[in-house]
Amino acid sequence: MTTALSPGKIAKQLAKKFPEAVIEEGADSLLLKPESLLAVMEYLKTSPGLDFDYLNHVTGVDYYDYLEVVYQLTSLKHNHGLVLKVRCYDREKPALPSVYGIWRGADFQEREIFDLLGIVFEGHPKLRRIVLWEGFEGYPLRKDFL
Amino acid sequence: MAMQMVPPDWPGNLWAHWAVFTVIIVVFILVSVLMFIWFERRAMAVMQARLGPNRAGPFGLFQSAADALKVMIKEDIVPSRSDSVVHWLAPVVAFVPVMMVFAVVPFQGGALLADLNVGILYVVAISSVTTLGIFMAGWASNNKYSLLGAMRQVASVVSYEIPVVLSLVGVILLTGSLSLQQIVQAQDIPFILVQPLGFLLFFTGALAEINRAPFDLTEADSELVAGYMTEYSGMKFGLFFLAEYAEALVISALVTTLFLGGWRGPLLPDWLWFLVKVGAVFFVIVWIRTTVPRVRIDHLMALAWKFLFPLALINLLVTAVEMLVWPDVSLWLLVPINFAVMIVLVLIWSKFFKLGWGRVNV
Amino acid sequence: MTTTREIAIQTEPFVVNFGPAHPSTHGVFRMLTTLDGEVIVAMEPVFGYLHRGIEKLAEERTYGGCIPLTDRLDYLASMSNNFAYCLAVEKLAGIEVPERAEYIRVIMAELQRIASHLIAIGAFLNDCGAFQTPIVYMIREREKILDLFDMVCGQRLTYNYMRVGGVSQDIPEEFVPALKKFLKEMPGWIKEYDRLLKENEILLARAKGVGILSKEMAINTSASGPVLRASGVEWDIRRADPYSIYDRFEFDIPTGTAGDCYDRYRVRIEEMRQSLRILEQAAAQISPGDFRSEVPHLVRPPAGEAYGRLESPKGELGFYLVSDGSIAPYRFHVRAPAFINLTALSDMMRGWKVADAIIIFGSIDICMGEVDR
Repeated sequence: MTTALSPGKIAKQLAKKFPEAVIEEGADSLLLKPESLLAVMEYLKTSPGLDFDYLNHVTGVDYYDYLEVVYQLTSLKHNHGLVLKVRCYDREKPALPSVYGIWRGADFQEREIFDLLGIVFEGHPKLRRIVLWEGFEGYPLRKDFL
Repeated sequence: MAMQMVPPDWPGNLWAHWAVFTVIIVVFILVSVLMFIWFERRAMAVMQARLGPNRAGPFGLFQSAADALKVMIKEDIVPSRSDSVVHWLAPVVAFVPVMMVFAVVPFQGGALLADLNVGILYVVAISSVTTLGIFMAGWASNNKYSLLGAMRQVASVVSYEIPVVLSLVGVILLTGSLSLQQIVQAQDIPFILVQPLGFLLFFTGALAEINRAPFDLTEADSELVAGYMTEYSGMKFGLFFLAEYAEALVISALVTTLFLGGWRGPLLPDWLWFLVKVGAVFFVIVWIRTTVPRVRIDHLMALAWKFLFPLALINLLVTAVEMLVWPDVSLWLLVPINFAVMIVLVLIWSKFFKLGWGRVNV
Repeated sequence: MTTTREIAIQTEPFVVNFGPAHPSTHGVFRMLTTLDGEVIVAMEPVFGYLHRGIEKLAEERTYGGCIPLTDRLDYLASMSNNFAYCLAVEKLAGIEVPERAEYIRVIMAELQRIASHLIAIGAFLNDCGAFQTPIVYMIREREKILDLFDMVCGQRLTYNYMRVGGVSQDIPEEFVPALKKFLKEMPGWIKEYDRLLKENEILLARAKGVGILSKEMAINTSASGPVLRASGVEWDIRRADPYSIYDRFEFDIPTGTAGDCYDRYRVRIEEMRQSLRILEQAAAQISPGDFRSEVPHLVRPPAGEAYGRLESPKGELGFYLVSDGSIAPYRFHVRAPAFINLTALSDMMRGWKVADAIIIFGSIDICMGEVDR
């Protein structure tokens, strides 16, 4: 059974290594600061006991005040899962670090979030529109598009 | 059995003989090709648990005629920057040699257009001209991918000529003559029993030369990038299409003449035996097409040079030694020896044979 | 085995476009390949030709009204899509599903898995050049499954059968006997496919060792489903995170070792056999009862989010739903397995020939409705 690791335990573990990383713990997810995203992800992937080697999905949601990116991680070895979130308050030019270097599975999914929501992922080698054609104006999945 | 039912210059005048047989050959080829197309579609459909053409005429017999009519009335499109003379000439060069091969194939005892005493040499030489037509088509289309497809075809034909011709030499050694008429007359037992390895080599090589499955990569692998026939429409395409089936007919006829005993057989009239045998060989060709997937270009080359060519050489050597050591022995004695040789060789060779190379480091 | 080529003549790589209109049966997908002779040097996938904006459309529809939208995602496995979506909504709203409905859902999902794999294998063999004979046989078996689905919901492709809280209508009495008849015949057919294909020399030469996806690469690129299992990772959502009543059934998880096209093909054949096993147990255990729990017509889940996932024939299919308490989802995101499985495609293709490119692409088994949404 994929047990969801309780965010409280992870937060405590992270607080020791990355003191400022976690903004808040939700009921079953952790909210991180964008600056510490890469470091935390790298730590989660490589540290023994956590071993989050599989990225289930990356998706973005447009809450009116901010854009939120949700990461779902799984460890195939230990069979536990975790949900992480990052928020981006700038609607004009939203930017976040890319986890392409950590999990390549984020390749197409980050391109899709860029395509449909407009969030630029720094560090992604080929950030281009993926489902819409080049030259499309606007970001359809945003709440103010239509 | 009447060996020479038809005198060589029937019906008396050489020009009349030539005219009558030309008409017979042309009619035979055109009608057979149409019947073959129908037969292939029905047989393949039955093997694939579906129906096949059954609307045009009883059992769909007029389907091929309808297709031929459709192809003839279609617009003939020539690409603007192509070499138009070569473009026009290519289907002709591809189709005519196929018809010319039938000049030496005996339909009945003595019933053939010309009993050349270099029959097989003529067959081998003329049938290679078809490849020239295909290459002309690929070149004249002014299309990068047609040229690639045509070059693949040339490479494969050149590779497979050698094992095919070598396997034919075994038959020639047994007969002592190049004339197809004499080869049929020498087959008191069909040569497929005496030269089993030669038959397999010839059949496989011939399938590769005429681009039938499983070797049809120049016309179907290029379905992604279309083959040498891309820029052709209308009757020119029709000629290429007919040429493909006519080549299958030629191969069936050659296999029948060289290995199955031609028109010889009890009870039925001779020309009927010829047709039955040709039909049976064609059925096997269709059966193979339906059953196996396609090979890749490097598999094709590897098969020709590393598998068929050495086996053809060994077959030739064994047959030559047999002919030298026992020149007058009854052919029945050679049958079990040759079968044993074939089985041993094929088993051993396929153990050491590797199809193609793997991934290239880029 | 790999070879290093020495370039004797100076050649130039050129770009060939395997355009969106494909002769293989995989939908509108474009591959920009850079070829050096026959060898593929680089490949870039371009898609989006079938993008219909399903995720945005779903925000305008009610929760129950999104179910026909989910049908059209992976249109070759509609039951699985419906099932995953209903799981997500039920998780979000905390709705219980009655037992008979669970059994019906499992039966439909497993039948759908067999149908989808039949097309996947048939299309793969079609790409290998087997001139439509295997795909015609497999379509003939798929027709029997589609007849079963027709009996249940009247549809053959986009079923719209499952609802939040159960299924839309009960199965008729003749369904279970027909299912049992199908279960008796199907193993014989799978054996026939094996007889014709498993040791086929040409298929082995074309598919064995071709398009290898290593275990580390498969995990790193978030591959799932048969692609992941053929690379040697034993990860099946039905076993790792059991949903519905899958913990009541006994079945094995077939895995491959090499991660090549041949292994992916074998994994799919074996998965069909395991699905038949599950179906036999489910058909024996199903009992009368309710087919749907009492759910209001307009479901209003409390504000929150949920990720419901299952093992669809193509991989891990998940729906990430965010609700704000109204009758329509606030955010509807599809974790499409075919989309994510394509991430590794360009790496798998590099160094192989043009003819292999088509086979590798076919062995991943994608459905463009899911890739583009």
